[in-house]
Amino acid sequence: MSEFLIAFWQTYNTLLFTVFVHGMLALSIYITLACGQLSLGNAAFMGIGAYTAALLTMKMQVPFALALAAGGLLPAAVALAIGIPTLRLSGVYLAMATLGFGEVVRVVFLNLAITGGSLGLNGVPLKTEFWHLLFILGGLIYFFVKLKNSRFGRALEAINEDEIAAAVLGIRTTFFKVGAFVVGAFIAGIAGGLNAHFTFFVSPREYGFEFAVDILTFAILGGTGTFWGPLLGSTILTLLPELLRFLGPYRLALNGLILLLVVLYLPNGIVSFKRKGGPS
Amino acid sequence: MFLQQFANALALGSVYALFALGFTLIFGVLEVITLAHGAVFMVGAFAGLVAVTKADVGFGTALLLGMLAGGLLGWLIDLVAVRPLRKRKFHHLAPMIATIGCATFITSMAQGIFGAEVYRFPFDFVPATVFTLGGVQLTLVQLLIIGVSFSLMLIILFLLQKTKWGLAVRAVAENPRTANLLGIPVEKVFQGISFAASALGGAAGVLTGINFNAIHTFMGGPILHRGIAVIILGGMGDIRGALLGGLILGFSEVLSVAYLSSDFRDAVSFGLLFLILLIRPAGIFGKTAERKG
Amino acid sequence: MLKLENIVKDFGGLRVLDRLSLEVPEGTIFGLIGPNGAGKTTVFNIVSGLSRPSAGRIILDGAEITNLPPAAIAARGLARTFQNIRIFKDMSLLENVLVGMHRLFSYSPVAMFFDLSLKRREERRLREKALAILSLVNLADKARRKAESLSYGEQRKLELARALATAPRLLLIDEPAAGMNPAETEELMNEILQINRQGYTICLIEHDMKFVMGLCGQVAVLNFGELIATGTPEEVKQNALVIEAYLGRDEELDLNRDL
Repeated sequence: MSEFLIAFWQTYNTLLFTVFVHGMLALSIYITLACGQLSLGNAAFMGIGAYTAALLTMKMQVPFALALAAGGLLPAAVALAIGIPTLRLSGVYLAMATLGFGEVVRVVFLNLAITGGSLGLNGVPLKTEFWHLLFILGGLIYFFVKLKNSRFGRALEAINEDEIAAAVLGIRTTFFKVGAFVVGAFIAGIAGGLNAHFTFFVSPREYGFEFAVDILTFAILGGTGTFWGPLLGSTILTLLPELLRFLGPYRLALNGLILLLVVLYLPNGIVSFKRKGGPS
Repeated sequence: MFLQQFANALALGSVYALFALGFTLIFGVLEVITLAHGAVFMVGAFAGLVAVTKADVGFGTALLLGMLAGGLLGWLIDLVAVRPLRKRKFHHLAPMIATIGCATFITSMAQGIFGAEVYRFPFDFVPATVFTLGGVQLTLVQLLIIGVSFSLMLIILFLLQKTKWGLAVRAVAENPRTANLLGIPVEKVFQGISFAASALGGAAGVLTGINFNAIHTFMGGPILHRGIAVIILGGMGDIRGALLGGLILGFSEVLSVAYLSSDFRDAVSFGLLFLILLIRPAGIFGKTAERKG
Repeated sequence: MLKLENIVKDFGGLRVLDRLSLEVPEGTIFGLIGPNGAGKTTVFNIVSGLSRPSAGRIILDGAEITNLPPAAIAARGLARTFQNIRIFKDMSLLENVLVGMHRLFSYSPVAMFFDLSLKRREERRLREKALAILSLVNLADKARRKAESLSYGEQRKLELARALATAPRLLLIDEPAAGMNPAETEELMNEILQINRQGYTICLIEHDMKFVMGLCGQVAVLNFGELIATGTPEEVKQNALVIEAYLGRDEELDLNRDL
């Protein structure tokens, strides 16, 4: 039995780690969606976190925890800088603007010498362990549970439902929206740092447009009403390609088909099915 | 030298504009961001390629077939993924995600069929004739690209501005409910635009195919990125923005490769994008992208 | 309590408010009336910070609030309700009122994360207070229901309760009686009277003249963005300009009953 578990672990530990990382990313977009902000910048923030943490451990032998923290703080700072002008937009315009920002970041990664240009960073030390992921994702989930029944969670929900009404009730909407954006960037950055240290490699191509859209898809698939939705969505969409591996190049076709079917028949996400006892 | 680059830039930019135009039409009229437009582009290119290699058709026919394939695919995507969502209240991004599903499906199927290799048109498919116009050398390829792109764009503009169909389309883009009350067949407009816009995407695919003489199943991705960049630059939902944005992007790419280096090509383009985002996030012709209230 | 000095508002080429000056004394129930389109809701939008005046000043409780953002004005003790009811439909009644109490909480995110006793105490205390406010408008028994499940009249009351929850000094109420039947209107009048008796200054926009006459100590009449009369309801009723404004607009008005 234990041989089976060892073999299982050796084959699937990367997949499991990835499920956790994607879960964090799903949460990072959730917090912005929770106050009505459609930010597609989290892939880019993840990339910034990945490069920062990896460079710190590789070039400067910074302890892992500090490198991770830095990998969270730098994207957060960038989010703060661009948040205020960008969050004046709304809806799809904000989505496109953050997507554009992501493209800019991708180009920066491709062209800086320090990030290794188009070759990326190779040989990132293996530092991430399962308990790191468990602990951090667990901590994040705990945070969201606490958020839900607090004045901050209510404020975010109010802004999401009716920003004007929230404002006249004394909620500083800009502060909360930028705050959510920054927190999302922080989480994505940490996820990036963790990811880099078990995939050994940071590639400039991984954190672009496609991945940003993937993260959004996690959230929409699962349902954006609660934080469990994006977690469910990310888990399903991460495991699905693996389960369908036997289909070869056509497995993504099935992936796309499943996505399409869920969106069509459960447009408020999978979680909504349980909440309202049926497709809403 | 600059004039020479001007020709290159015009060729590249006009294709970007053509692609972005289709994208913008669908956004403007159906209010959907179709992330399947890149896949449509790719399918159009392959349709043209297959027609040429299997049936030995000429450029004109290949172009038409590419447009037809693109248009039909776009219409089909609307049928399967977008139309069901029109009928009910949904998360405003659900159609976009549905188009992602379609794009993944289409691209993956194409990869299953055609693999990952790069295909080329037969040698001398478009004769390598060079024209000299006022000191500038233009290949026949470039001339065709510029000619076709601008013709198609002008035709669309003419149809939109000067015909009663165009009026119907503009009414629907403005307010579908009112248009419906006025007796305009809104559903037909949606389907028609899906077809037409995707046909433009297919045309862009064929033109890009002859421009670089490289057709592969991954070509939908980069062009979609460029399309997004163009509409951010030009302003979403605005046709002038798509046209101008496409040309600007084409120019910035070609000129930065010519005068700086190819490393900087994307850096310049997206640096431009970033500036627009900071200064005027709604884009050059952007409407009220700012929140109401 | 509230003073408007020469407020001007232009929308494009249209002058919506023209050098409007008025004063709402503390502790009164002040009525803002006038034909449709006179600019009454615009006044509320400007005062609450949702709209900026093209010129003029607004002074709340002695301090100038012109051009401040809505949340800052709310922090200074101003609350308002909306003509088309903007409650949070997906939240429960209790949550709606708790959102209104946002400013009254003081605990930090750290306290939230570690579930410190400060947070627990505040949540408990303010939840009780929220239920008390809901009782004031007879909605306490439905506290945990979703707001969208309420009837129209109840939703209006919820919005009022939520506005009260912000602990304001001045309450702007926009057409509270709209869409209500006589029984509901009567109940509402009593509730507003009670609220006023507890010390809140109230300024309301209303078309229902019985409502205005019964409740308001003072009234200001707007027409085409200009102030045409101000005074007690009795005085205003007899003002020739006011009568003309209502008649001239083809408003169906029974002079004896409605004015």
